Amino acid sequence: MATVDLKDVKKVYPGGVEAVKGVSIAIPDKQLCVLVGPSGCGKSTLLRMIAGLETISAGTCSIDGKVVNAIGPTERDIAMVFQNYALYPHMKVYDNMAYGLRNRGMPKDEIDKRVRATAQTLELAHLLERRPRELSGGQRQRVAMGRAIVRSPKVFLFDEPLSNLDAKLRGQMRVEIKNLQRQLGVTSVYVTHDQLEAMTLADVLVVMNAGLVEQLGAPLDIYEKPASTFVASFIGAPPMNLLPLRSGQLEGAVSLPAIPTNAATIGFRPEDCEVGADGAAAEGGLRLMARVQGVEPVGAESFLYCEAAGGRIVVRVPGRTAVAVGDQLPVLTRREKLHFFGGDGKRV
Amino acid sequence: MIDNSPIRTFIAHLVLVLGILIVAFPIYYTFVASTHSLQTILRPPLPLLPGDRFVENYSEALFGGVGRIGGVSVATLLFNTTVVALGIAIGKIIISLLSAYAIVFFRFPLRMTFFWLIFITLMLPVEVRILPTYKVMVDFGLIDTYAGLIVPLIASATATLLFRQFFLTIPGELVEAARVDGAGPWRFFWDILLPLSRTNIAALFVILFIYGWTQYLWPLLVTNRNDMNTIVIALRKMISFADADTEWHLVMVTSMLAIVPPILVVVLMQRWFVRGLVDTEK
Repeated sequence: MATVDLKDVKKVYPGGVEAVKGVSIAIPDKQLCVLVGPSGCGKSTLLRMIAGLETISAGTCSIDGKVVNAIGPTERDIAMVFQNYALYPHMKVYDNMAYGLRNRGMPKDEIDKRVRATAQTLELAHLLERRPRELSGGQRQRVAMGRAIVRSPKVFLFDEPLSNLDAKLRGQMRVEIKNLQRQLGVTSVYVTHDQLEAMTLADVLVVMNAGLVEQLGAPLDIYEKPASTFVASFIGAPPMNLLPLRSGQLEGAVSLPAIPTNAATIGFRPEDCEVGADGAAAEGGLRLMARVQGVEPVGAESFLYCEAAGGRIVVRVPGRTAVAVGDQLPVLTRREKLHFFGGDGKRV
Repeated sequence: MIDNSPIRTFIAHLVLVLGILIVAFPIYYTFVASTHSLQTILRPPLPLLPGDRFVENYSEALFGGVGRIGGVSVATLLFNTTVVALGIAIGKIIISLLSAYAIVFFRFPLRMTFFWLIFITLMLPVEVRILPTYKVMVDFGLIDTYAGLIVPLIASATATLLFRQFFLTIPGELVEAARVDGAGPWRFFWDILLPLSRTNIAALFVILFIYGWTQYLWPLLVTNRNDMNTIVIALRKMISFADADTEWHLVMVTSMLAIVPPILVVVLMQRWFVRGLVDTEK
């Protein structure tokens, strides 16, 4: 259907604030691209520039190979799902979905056919005569989705669409969005600050920080090879343990593998830690002693919040654990599970 | 706080009944006077019960014409006043809706200057600018016309501010959703803004209709001909200093008729009016 290409896109607000400082992303056809980052990183601004709701200060945005910088949102043939749904409060569900089609001068019977078909897919058929305020949050969310789908646009844009839903519904809608997007095969851009949503939804994951792209790639690649300490601490929950190195040495380490010369930080994921492993397995790995300060049994796994000489770390152990607060534990991480970052935060 | 003891209920109702009596009695007494002959009114005490001249008095005033205002009938006065009150109410609503729309949703040079200019006119009462306005009306030849009665009163800073405040509460996402849905500025105004402002418009209509209906100073200045008078002006003209010259029974009839349309507007629009004051549909 369409590709979306951003080339060195910048956004400078009149006050001189630079929200987006040169971002280039190429989203292939039918792929779902997730922009993730902390609040204020420019991800929403970037989405709104693709939508045409914000002007682009520099660089180009192309949809389907055509530069759309100077084109308004109506002509870009995009559909957007907003965080607060932005349903028209005075219109019935049917009219909410039909409004965009009517504005494009589509014949009445065609509109009717499309709205009913979309309502069917989204299980909204029995709600068509209701008004938004008579719907639950999840239903409103569906209507907002329906309003986007019914237009069969070139690109879907999602602006944190699930952040107003409760956790259970969010998980359910996440799966549904992914299925719908695959089924319809529409190129999509999805903004979220939730790394779990980002990991599960994305074909292409873009981690943003301070107006720049920190890393771009497949979600699991990013998880396994974070390009910087920022990405390492942002993707994954709980985040990667990062401990500072002092002239190639880690304070309190019992044994330490060979460390790249310019590394300033060592990192390892909570689930890559082994507790109390024997000396043989430790060959070439990192071994430290840590004092347990808190235990969080989640059910299928437990998280141990520990204090090591080099800093605080989190260790994940499967199932339940007999470890208690105050215990001293040997914590081992294998050589291949270690990450090293340079002084500038970049991976080495 | 809420106590259902009978004594409390009794006292509450007593206060309410007294209040209603105080408000309603003069109106009732006016009605009583409007059904008696002039002779009965001029010979005190006035009876407390309605007389037998209801049909005569009302038809004489409505269709016959009143001598002291040049034989113009009250029906003409009612028509004039309705035109003026409707013109002012509808005109004010249209103008203030449009200006608030421009100020809130468009970015144009000197936007805030215009906003403050409108805001400042709030502090200028009609009386202050009445001479220049009158001169303008004379030069345009608008004395004794409906336009002359309506146009100078049509601009409304208050209504503009009210709509501005309401428009500011409309979430930006709604505006953006409409843009993505292909609604241009007019479409957005007509399909989304106007329906959402319904209750505000209704509430404002009631207030402005009564404001227009009870205008005194401006209609007094800008009309000379008796058949262009509004009912409030005519009522004043009907009363002479000498009691014997005043057709009191017709004055009473006119007073009764003058309060009927505002009451009708309030009663008919009550549901909307209250909604406009208490809730916002968002």
